Amino acid sequence: MANLLEIRDLWVEVEGREVLKGISLEIPVGETHIIFGRNGSGKTTLLMTIMGFPTYKVKHGQIIFKGEDITHLPPYERAKRGIGIMFQRPPTIKGVKLREILKLCAKENGVKIEELARAFQFEHFLDREVNKGFSGGELKKSELLQLLIQDPDLVLLDEPESGVDLENIHLIGEMIKKLLQKDTHRPRKKSGLIITHTGFILKYVAADLGYVIMNGEIYCKGNPIEIFEGIQKFGYEGCQQCLRRCEF
Amino acid sequence: MAEKKIDLKAFKSAKEAKVPEDLSKLSPEERERLRLLGLDENIPHEGEYVQVDAKPLLCRRKVEGLEVMPISQALKSFDKIGDYLWKAVSPEKDEFTKAAAEDLDDGYFIRVLPGYKLVYPVQTCLYIRTDEIAQKVHNIVIVEEGAELNLITSCSVHPHISSALHIGISEFYVKKGGKLTFTMVHMWGEKVAVRPRTGIIVEEGGTYVSTYVSLFPVNTIQTAPVCRLTGEGARASFATIIANHPGSHIDIGGEVHLEAENTRTEIISRNVVYGGINIARGKIIAKAPKVKGHLECQGLMLSDEGLMMAIPELDSHYSDVELTHEAAVGKIAREEVEYLMARGLTEDEATSLIVKGFLSVKIEGLSQELQKQIDKTLELAKLGF
Repeated sequence: MANLLEIRDLWVEVEGREVLKGISLEIPVGETHIIFGRNGSGKTTLLMTIMGFPTYKVKHGQIIFKGEDITHLPPYERAKRGIGIMFQRPPTIKGVKLREILKLCAKENGVKIEELARAFQFEHFLDREVNKGFSGGELKKSELLQLLIQDPDLVLLDEPESGVDLENIHLIGEMIKKLLQKDTHRPRKKSGLIITHTGFILKYVAADLGYVIMNGEIYCKGNPIEIFEGIQKFGYEGCQQCLRRCEF
Repeated sequence: MAEKKIDLKAFKSAKEAKVPEDLSKLSPEERERLRLLGLDENIPHEGEYVQVDAKPLLCRRKVEGLEVMPISQALKSFDKIGDYLWKAVSPEKDEFTKAAAEDLDDGYFIRVLPGYKLVYPVQTCLYIRTDEIAQKVHNIVIVEEGAELNLITSCSVHPHISSALHIGISEFYVKKGGKLTFTMVHMWGEKVAVRPRTGIIVEEGGTYVSTYVSLFPVNTIQTAPVCRLTGEGARASFATIIANHPGSHIDIGGEVHLEAENTRTEIISRNVVYGGINIARGKIIAKAPKVKGHLECQGLMLSDEGLMMAIPELDSHYSDVELTHEAAVGKIAREEVEYLMARGLTEDEATSLIVKGFLSVKIEGLSQELQKQIDKTLELAKLGF
């Protein structure tokens, strides 16, 4: 299977501080990968760099998407090529309604905004100012609805389960599954990269491969469930002492 | 910041201007401009008044309970005119009121009889067509007891005018339980100086809702309407939406006097500064107990080549009042632009959507055409930050 995304020896600085130190990974078409790591380990930096935000400065290395080097493209060019991101803390934009953003996200893919919003019990939010006064779960639903309409080939999810109450986590899991075509048989076309520090999302969304990031480096790669269980048992301390580390 | 000086002697009298006999004689370009400003056959109106330079060209009412006429006519035919003329604005206020008091170039008189609640707006338009004139109008609006009026006034100039001055004296009276919704849309030109002088008196249980929109370049506007809430339970709200362009000097105030118990007011101002000087003033004066007032002024600076001043003022003569204000001036938040860029918008597209959102205070009774025109203008504007 061809790789949708390839990251080669990526070194990234944020405000003069080196955050990512030589990250390499590959996500084949149709696969979902998950990255575990403490807060501050560099997980979000990796996602933001893949999306191309200018605060995240690539010092060395390459980001290849669909065979094209996109390392220096602005975010909207990456969005047009099929990368979409779910923000952990999306901003409020005064006077701009969710519906307006959804209309702008929509490609000519025939996705009906009303229909999709109703399917996830979110139609009452369409004419509200985007993200204003939304609860944790509502923020996630708003983000996922935007992504479902944007319909990207690579979905970047930043802590999708954070701040979501138990009542909503199931529905959010369903939205992510739809986004990643988990309900269809392989071969799937959509790929995902999920970052999490609790790992809780694995209960709702299956991943093909897991990584542990610490101090801006990949410490471990393997079966996501096994990695998650290891972290639950031994904590990230365990990862730090793990001898497998040298393989990466 | 000193007021931009205007030499009244530099302008000719509007009465000297040659004005066509009727609106159909205006050029297609002018008619299109007036249409954009709401003078559109397809938009339902209860009444219309159009004045070109010093001459009323259109004056009609379509429903009962409404009186629309040039003020020159009301001065002769409305026997109580003395109770209203120069009662909410003093002719001695400044050189502009004096000039209008000495030499009037007409204006509109609108009165809604007691108990009549008009459904559609009354549209008025004050248009300057001739170069280098001063148009000095005096408008009086009376909403009698229990009546309701939605009034839209658009002001504009001939697209190719090189300089002009507009002085507009407006006196609005809202009687017991009445409601006046007043929307003013300005589309002046880069060489036009504008000096509106407005006074509003709202009686017991009455409501005054004002929206002022100016998104196009202008030389200078300076105005500070004074609204007195004289009767218990009266309310007033002011919304001002301004795009300040390089070379424009816009100084907009608003002063509300809470003179009776349980009166309330809200003054909201949104300003986008592309350049030039923008001053947003607001003042609430509590002259009675148990009153409430809130001032909100927000400015978005899109350039370092301009000045934005927010000057809120709250005065109280009593302890049992609730007066608040909030003011904020800043640039567009980077994270908002990046958020939209991640959804596929270019930096310019993201910026103009944010600006549009910032200015989108809901405007009641505005024609769809004008709303579209405003949106188009905002989208076309090339912005940086």
